[in-house]
Amino acid sequence: MDSIIEGFLKAFSLIYNLNQELLGIIFLSLKVSGIALIISSIIGVPAGTIIGLRKFPGRGFIITLLNTFMGLPPVVVGLFVYLLLSRSGPLGFMGLLYTPSAMVAAQSILAFPIVASLCHSAIVTVDPIIGQAAITLGATPYQKAITIIKEARYGILSGIIAGLGRVMAEVGAILIVGGNIAGYTRVMTTTIALETDKGNFELALALGIILLTLSLIINVVLHLFQKKGMISE
Amino acid sequence: MSLRLTVSNISKNYNGKPVLRDCSFSFDSSGIYVLMGPNGSGKSTFLRICALLECPDTGEVNFSSGSNIVRKDMELRRRISLVLPKIGLFNTTVFKNVAYGLKIRKMKKQEIEERVNNALELVGLIHKKSHTALTLSSGETQRVGIARAIVIEPEVLFLDEPTASLDPHSTTIIEETISKIKEYNRLTIIMVTHNIFQAKRLAESVLFMYEGRIIDHGSKMDFFEKPRDERVYKFITGQMVY
Repeated sequence: MDSIIEGFLKAFSLIYNLNQELLGIIFLSLKVSGIALIISSIIGVPAGTIIGLRKFPGRGFIITLLNTFMGLPPVVVGLFVYLLLSRSGPLGFMGLLYTPSAMVAAQSILAFPIVASLCHSAIVTVDPIIGQAAITLGATPYQKAITIIKEARYGILSGIIAGLGRVMAEVGAILIVGGNIAGYTRVMTTTIALETDKGNFELALALGIILLTLSLIINVVLHLFQKKGMISE
Repeated sequence: MSLRLTVSNISKNYNGKPVLRDCSFSFDSSGIYVLMGPNGSGKSTFLRICALLECPDTGEVNFSSGSNIVRKDMELRRRISLVLPKIGLFNTTVFKNVAYGLKIRKMKKQEIEERVNNALELVGLIHKKSHTALTLSSGETQRVGIARAIVIEPEVLFLDEPTASLDPHSTTIIEETISKIKEYNRLTIIMVTHNIFQAKRLAESVLFMYEGRIIDHGSKMDFFEKPRDERVYKFITGQMVY
């Protein structure tokens, strides 16, 4: 018990003194997760929107696939990206394995189905009367689509934030493709795993506290968006 | 030159069940036309087809301006407006809801402000222009729906049961608004209602639909005082259960 309390005290001291190693790890984590989220949103939001607005052959299959991929095991994604980027893999010539770029790729793949699927759900739950109202007021099909997207804005933002939650907490895939190299590919979750293995709990706990705080902030924001979106239902 | 609506031999089926059968009518002059009839007689479908929200299976809906038939679908849509029974307000302020039709027509900000204020003044909701539309009561929602439709100054305004499920006070406000719109704008209003008293108060002409057909039409006086069809007589005397 004493060692746990001591670990917490040392952890708070690291946070309070803005330890350089700690800051570096936090910065890299936010950078990798942020870029991955931007990429998955750039692809996922339009994809989810199109699937939500348009009817086309195979749409049901794509929706099922997206929903299935929401629960993708990170280690499987890690393995898949590893095979793609390894020297003998089809993208091996790019030399991206064990770099932050490989971690971004793995996290983008993990976040994409969440963003796209939740974005699709947000679009299809907009009352069809909204689209009809837009038409009766003289909207073109494009203006109608924009109106529906605007109505789904809180749901779409919830999807993006849920994607951020996924990538921030991820460890398996980035450990495989990033290699957990100190000062280069070491992020919060991989550091926690490593330091725990080594028995150095203070840094692991400090990062755990920060990760939990970030997770709390993400969930509070998500809750606020969902609450705001509920007014429209 | 205002739009004239002519409907020729339109029919519509839903899942093989006929809803409209060979309906024809010409709305020749401006004024308030009221569509009446029992539930399931096809009134709303007829209105939605006239308002270009749905296509008929057979027959034609033509809008003409003078001697020219207006064929461009988008141009037509922007000269008419439909208020649905469920309004479908957008999750934003009352002002932005009413401004929607003007914004998509890329009007100038100042003109939008002026016209929206006038429309909200007309429906008695100017004091609520900054409120979130989804927090309004049913009566207020209906009035915003009407303001949103008239702000674009349509030449033909379609109203599908504008006072359904409203209390007498809200109904009176809506009816007064409809009368004012007609008075100020000289447009054609085509309205579906079940309310015989409302039809007597507002209508200039009445069309009666039964089992997907227009079985009678005429001026308000003729329709209510001298019904030509036994089914119309039963309906207006409350003998037809609907």
